[in-house]
Amino acid sequence: MHSKKAPLGLTIAAIGTLLFLHVPMLIIFLYTFTPDETTYTFPLPGFTTKWFGVALQRADLWRSLILSLQVATVATIAALILGTLAAAAVYRSNFFGRESISFLLVLPIALPGIVSGIALRTAIGGFDIPFSFWTIVIGHATFCVVVVYNNVLARFRRTSASMIEASMDLGANSFQTFRHVVLPNIATALLAGGMLAFALSFDEVIVTTFTAGQQTTLPIWIFSQLNRPRDRPVTNVVATFVILITFIPIFLAQRISASSSDTEGENK
Amino acid sequence: MLTRLSTYFYQRPRLVLFLFLAPPLLYLLVVYLGSLFLLLINSFYSIDDFTGLIIREFTLKTYAQIFEPANREIFARTASMAFVVTIASAIISFPLAYYIAKYASPRLKTWLLIGVTIPLWSSYLVRVYSWKLILAQEGILSWFIRLFGLEGVLQWLLSFEGIGGSSLALSPIGMFIVFVYIWLPYMIIPVQTALERVPNSLIEASGDLGAKPLQTFRTVILPMAFPGVIAGSIFTFSLTLGDFIIPLAIGNSKFFIGQAVYSYQGTAGNIPLAAAMTMGPVVIMIIYLLIARRLGAFDAL
Repeated sequence: MHSKKAPLGLTIAAIGTLLFLHVPMLIIFLYTFTPDETTYTFPLPGFTTKWFGVALQRADLWRSLILSLQVATVATIAALILGTLAAAAVYRSNFFGRESISFLLVLPIALPGIVSGIALRTAIGGFDIPFSFWTIVIGHATFCVVVVYNNVLARFRRTSASMIEASMDLGANSFQTFRHVVLPNIATALLAGGMLAFALSFDEVIVTTFTAGQQTTLPIWIFSQLNRPRDRPVTNVVATFVILITFIPIFLAQRISASSSDTEGENK
Repeated sequence: MLTRLSTYFYQRPRLVLFLFLAPPLLYLLVVYLGSLFLLLINSFYSIDDFTGLIIREFTLKTYAQIFEPANREIFARTASMAFVVTIASAIISFPLAYYIAKYASPRLKTWLLIGVTIPLWSSYLVRVYSWKLILAQEGILSWFIRLFGLEGVLQWLLSFEGIGGSSLALSPIGMFIVFVYIWLPYMIIPVQTALERVPNSLIEASGDLGAKPLQTFRTVILPMAFPGVIAGSIFTFSLTLGDFIIPLAIGNSKFFIGQAVYSYQGTAGNIPLAAAMTMGPVVIMIIYLLIARRLGAFDAL
């Protein structure tokens, strides 16, 4: 690392880009306080906090929120199990087609969401499967698995195999080794992967529009407001809430990943 | 009991591997690849014009519909938007990526990377929504434009056929801004990773040998960062190609691929045509990935 100072122009451009990435979300927060129900007038014509209360009273919002939380929870649990199994298999043995597995896992996030969405929609329609809670969860789990897989596999690669061998040599069976050695080691990776998966699922809209049928998750509720705004101020409150509920787990997950790679860096 | 079970498994590593792999593989093969395959099959079906039912017989009729002028236009419109968004993202990503790679202290770097990755992971929909507020005619951007007396410039930009419209929120220019905003982090990360790999000694050597900063940038930094740009462009291009939320929320009534797919399967119930339309982005992306691989983008991922 050279300790030269950055040219002023570069610093300004970098700060400008960061602002471009973050200020728009702050603007939504600003608009939660507008008394104006029908337009997005700026500067705000006044100041009110009543929309938070109004949003809390809305039964449709609560239903959507609960559905979204349930979907995200179940999809995350499925992703944790499937992603960890896949990571463990890829880590511990070299088998035919190992490279294709990573490719297969990445596919759901590499292809545009609409491809996955319409594909699942076709399958649901083709087999006359009724839309349900589970059709949403199955759709979400496809792209959540890879997040857990990546996090856990990276952690496995940093865990030394000698610890597992030592545990076995000292008489622990596989289950005890898993419980007392492997699990504590990958715990934060599971936490990070799980939180990312939760956040991804919680605000997913593209695949969900194809797998939800008549059900309304919170993102679908917002999506309906994008086309035909009826409850502008309430939408602002909901949007702010979604930012917070996805921001926090992602931020924590990034901190966990960053700090575990920091300790790794010290040994170099 | 557990110990015996443990020994049993220990002696059969193949069985354990199978037990580990079966659930995730079955899930992705059956649910995901299975659905994709079904999508492919459906694109060879057609729809009865009178009853609106799907005729399950092999035909290329549906693919022929894609090449009708209206649909060709949709493809051209979407691909050009994806192209322009990719170029703009590549240019805009450079200063921040370069700053993170070459100037930020390790502590600052961690924070800046978090600052870039959070918008990458979070609240896609809400981030689109925020521009609905910003671009609104009575909104904050117009206010700033008036503040600086730039209404004339805006009117001039909006007057162009093809990219203009009655206001920013209803024009391709507005969509372009939102696309760049949404996909920019996907470009910054790989470019930053690629720049990280450019040795400082090389940059210094170039300067010592008399190259001007711009020359160093063009002949040393840019060629070495290029795989990163290509890697990022995979995302910006593919994501723009398939998106239907942004064209629905911002922009005029002219269709993009994603929107067309969405409306064909929805109101029209024409899944074969929607499926065939989707194959467009898939094929374009496969060709793009093959080219990208030749240009060495996968090493930069």
